[in-house]
Amino acid sequence: MTDNVDHSKRRMLTIATAAAGGVAAVGMAIPFVMSLNPSERAKAAGAPVEVDISTMEPGAILSVEWQGKPVWVVRRTKEMLDLLAKHDDDLTDPASLVQQQPDYCSNATRSIKPEFLVVLGICTHLGCSPSFRPEAAPADLGANWAGGWFCPCHGSRFDLAARVYKGVPAPTNLIIPPHKYLSDTRLLIGDDGKEGANA
Amino acid sequence: MSHLATKLIAWIDERFPLISTWKEHLSEYYAPRNFNFWYFFGGLALLVLVIQFVSGIFLTMNYKPDAAQAFASVEYIMRDVQGGWVLRYIHSTGASMFFVVIYLHMFRSLMYGSYRKPRELLWIIGMVIYLALMAEAFMGYLLPWGQMSYWGAQVIVNLFSSVPYIGHDLAILIRGDYVVSDSTLNRFFALHVIAVPLLLIGIVFLHIVALHAVGSNNPDGIEIKKHKDANGHPLDGIPFFPYMVVKDAVATVVFLIVFCSIIFFAPEINGYFLEANNFVPGNPMKTPEHIAPVWYFTPYYAILRAIPPLFGSQFPGVVAMGVATMIFFALPWLDRGRVKSIRYRGPIYKTFLAAFVVSFIGLGWLGLLPSTPTYTVIARVLSVVYFAFFFLMPWYTKIDKCKPEPDRVTST
Repeated sequence: MTDNVDHSKRRMLTIATAAAGGVAAVGMAIPFVMSLNPSERAKAAGAPVEVDISTMEPGAILSVEWQGKPVWVVRRTKEMLDLLAKHDDDLTDPASLVQQQPDYCSNATRSIKPEFLVVLGICTHLGCSPSFRPEAAPADLGANWAGGWFCPCHGSRFDLAARVYKGVPAPTNLIIPPHKYLSDTRLLIGDDGKEGANA
Repeated sequence: MSHLATKLIAWIDERFPLISTWKEHLSEYYAPRNFNFWYFFGGLALLVLVIQFVSGIFLTMNYKPDAAQAFASVEYIMRDVQGGWVLRYIHSTGASMFFVVIYLHMFRSLMYGSYRKPRELLWIIGMVIYLALMAEAFMGYLLPWGQMSYWGAQVIVNLFSSVPYIGHDLAILIRGDYVVSDSTLNRFFALHVIAVPLLLIGIVFLHIVALHAVGSNNPDGIEIKKHKDANGHPLDGIPFFPYMVVKDAVATVVFLIVFCSIIFFAPEINGYFLEANNFVPGNPMKTPEHIAPVWYFTPYYAILRAIPPLFGSQFPGVVAMGVATMIFFALPWLDRGRVKSIRYRGPIYKTFLAAFVVSFIGLGWLGLLPSTPTYTVIARVLSVVYFAFFFLMPWYTKIDKCKPEPDRVTST
């Protein structure tokens, strides 16, 4: 009986069976992997948010939630804006060449209106939320501190245009989310009418 | 033994390899007679695994894996469930003690060359257990949904987003959302209570099978199977049951005294086992002033922080951290020493091992502290020492002047 075994046919059938089984296994893996992606509900939570900035004092910061992440709106004072141009040498990317902002914010103040900075409050290092430290030269941050954000996790520093300082773990400036002014006192964060809603 | 019991055992043995298994793995499994206290920790690791399984199952009965309810359900366990606080502290203490025991167990292998031929696979399986344990601990730490849970998970998941090209989508796939959220908590819960524990049981079983196939190493680093008596049993071995079991029973008593002292007198160990910030509910909008992982991850975390970003990406730090954990796998092939045990190694290996221990503990300490420029410099130096221990090993173990190994184990 064993004499009549067609080995090449048997091998072909084994390979064909294994291949068909493999394709089925890959196919079956698809719904499992898909279920790991953000659900429709999670995606819907990424809708744009509206902010009323009429009551903000100069120097104040407002934190709003967008896509589950903090977005800060800062009303910068004249002094704060004047300081921005004075420490370009200490910054990794002072001219914001890396695309961490929409085109309309690729400027010296990284904003549409210089007075208001809109920035995603997530450190570009490992996603902590940096602390707002607007005061100049506090004891713990040194005499050169011109105000900005300090990340408590790994010590990254950002100035008041959310640009990263040299020599800290964060590689790039903080992200400016797409946003637009609906009126002089109302901001829409997450949608600028140009790019997609997701930054 | 009564007649009935003998008959019952015979009945079972005809249908299941009961007596042969008992003999092979216990009453006639010969362990070296020169074991010292470093050989307590394998058994203790198994004990902690059982403690974690039992306490974990009972915690699951009252815990709610839901971002809106998780924190409150842990507080409910602590305050309202009868005996709940003991269960919770057993589980949290068990997590840290697991790593205490495992790190000592691994250090034992470094000292006595237990990863060397023919135990390479035993060592590799052990390393897989270690990695699974790290995953288990990390995912478990998210479940109480405190500030440290939340931001710790945020930082670690973001490590994956630094992978070039696929990182951003990979991080979203892990979280199931754009930030750490309810869906992340839910899937970590599933992995923490089902997937990883199942995997752990499997690989711990394989670890013991591999151990019993090659036999235990010993403080002299020589093979006891070379000298056997007329019955084929190693002359320098004694049966695991009852002798080693009794020895391990003593270790268990001492260990449980320490374990219970922690649970009842200092369950938080001043923030090292349970961090103060984790008693604050997780808040996606505000990062705590200082975040650090639990102590058992801090050596790697310090290495991560020590590496500066290159080419506008902090991926190199992540790679360094990954290499720091994975390099242990290569140990059996990095070591070119003529002898296994530190007892017969020369001064160079001893110096390197001592420097490695200092770097590991030093990095662990730095990883707990906020980063300052001075600490970063120290962390960089210690990281170099850490990697030097491994990468220079083929060279320094070869040139080291070893002492002659004894033919038979030295009595203790």
